Amino acid sequence: MDYFLVSFFLIQYIRTSLQTATQHPEWDKRLVIGRYTSIALVAVFYATETPHWFNWIWNAFLVLIIVVIFTDDFFKTLRATAQTILPFIGLCMIRDATRALSPDFYKKYDSGFDIAVAFAFVLCFFIWFYARKQMKVLQKEREDRLREEQASKAQKESLEYLVSERTYELTLQKEELQKTIEELKSTQNQLIQSEKMASLGELTAGIAHEIQNPLNFVNNFSEVSVELCQELEEEIDKSALGDSDKEYIKEIIADLSQNQQKITHHGKRADSIVKGMLQHSRASSGQKEPVEINSLADEYMRLAYHGLRAKDKEFNAALVTDFDPTIGKINVLPQDLGRVFLNLFTNAFYAVADKKRKLIEEGNLGDYRPEVKISTKKFANKLYIRVTDNGTGMPEHVKAKIFQPFFTTKPTGQGTGLGLSMSYDIITNGHGGVLDVESVPGERTEFRITIPINETQEA
Amino acid sequence: MKILVVDDEEDVKSLFEQKFRKEIRSGQFQFSFSFSGEEALSYLQAHPSEVVMILSDINMPGMSGIELLRKIRTDHPAAPPQVMMITAYGDSANHDQAMQLGADDFLTKPVNFVELKEKLLSIL
Repeated sequence: MDYFLVSFFLIQYIRTSLQTATQHPEWDKRLVIGRYTSIALVAVFYATETPHWFNWIWNAFLVLIIVVIFTDDFFKTLRATAQTILPFIGLCMIRDATRALSPDFYKKYDSGFDIAVAFAFVLCFFIWFYARKQMKVLQKEREDRLREEQASKAQKESLEYLVSERTYELTLQKEELQKTIEELKSTQNQLIQSEKMASLGELTAGIAHEIQNPLNFVNNFSEVSVELCQELEEEIDKSALGDSDKEYIKEIIADLSQNQQKITHHGKRADSIVKGMLQHSRASSGQKEPVEINSLADEYMRLAYHGLRAKDKEFNAALVTDFDPTIGKINVLPQDLGRVFLNLFTNAFYAVADKKRKLIEEGNLGDYRPEVKISTKKFANKLYIRVTDNGTGMPEHVKAKIFQPFFTTKPTGQGTGLGLSMSYDIITNGHGGVLDVESVPGERTEFRITIPINETQEA
Repeated sequence: MKILVVDDEEDVKSLFEQKFRKEIRSGQFQFSFSFSGEEALSYLQAHPSEVVMILSDINMPGMSGIELLRKIRTDHPAAPPQVMMITAYGDSANHDQAMQLGADDFLTKPVNFVELKEKLLSIL
């Protein structure tokens, strides 16, 4: 009976501790066979009425199990536990050998042998029990470690998630900051630009004032000199000089008078430039009043067109209007805004005429059709005006300077270089708006006016 | 008619003398010149009740034309001369102030002498 218990529980112990049922099905099959073998053996043992020789079959069976355990590396971890049944097998075999070889000696000491075997048997189970307990502790520790690992893994994952989330946030913030920096830079550029314009405007006005006084004298004195020449001529006639002398003197006087007229003419020219410059300094030429923007723009477009037509009969251009009919009346400085329109249209017409002239010179006119377009739009309390032409356009270095006073690309005498600088002043300072320009050299130019509309003042 | 011209630019004198040559020769106009506000006041004190018309610049070093106008209107309430202000700065602030202080007319530079002559003749 003790053989059965030892073999049965040893096999069972191997199965549970190595978890062969799930991990190693081929070994499990063999172990199950071993288990049934031990059950079969115990059944045969009792069926054959417990013969003594049967112990040797048991001994062989147990030795087989031990040999298998100690020869196969699969059972390496169990060898220490399996060793515990060695004393049991050894004692059983000594007992059985003694019983077979000297039955007398065995009879004399059979109770001693039985006690020793029983002791070895108990020792087996005691050690197994102890090992089991130890293993349970180990198992528990292992499970704890596993759980800890899992917990730390989860923590790590959550940390990683947090980190990636933070990184994303930081990236967003960085992008936002970069955008802000760019905006700041462009604002700074605009500020520098408008500051430059303002100081240039002031300087221009200051110079104009200083020049105007001496220029007035030049003009006045040359005018009065012309009058004096006429008087002189009259006096010569009264005198008693000879005719040839009179003629000669009159010739000189005529030259003198002509020179004075030239001085007056150029003085007047300078005067008109100075007047243009002075318009810069005038804070405002009047009161803001409700004006039909569309009709104002249209009026000045035609004015500029016919102004150019009067000088150049050949000139023609398509006038395209795209007016927003919902604009109605808006509070502006009508004369100043009119001047802006006039400047923008004059420039636009000049650009298309210039392009046409250049194309004709190249003999490459093709189907070029000069076109100047005005479009207006009211949107979100702002008035947008675009003046577009398909003329010569301008390169970047010209574009950078066009709002500076005295900058002009026109030939001497055709432009003062004050038109756009004044327009800039009127839009930014007079109306609190924005005037900017976009151009593709050789193709087109677009001036864009943006004026904020104050609803409460709107008529 | 005696006219006092007040301007810090000395060339104004020869300009007026040439521009109004005929009128001066015929004795219609009689011009005197002062080159500062202070000088104009002392001239007025030295020649009381002679000057009929004063043409004054506004922007002058020292006493300005506006100051001069105020002094004339307070110191010479009797036999007040006509005062015409002339300025390069045709802004409304100067204009309003001059008118408020009792200026009779307001001209901007460059002076239109044809217009000025007509005005002076009409006063005469």
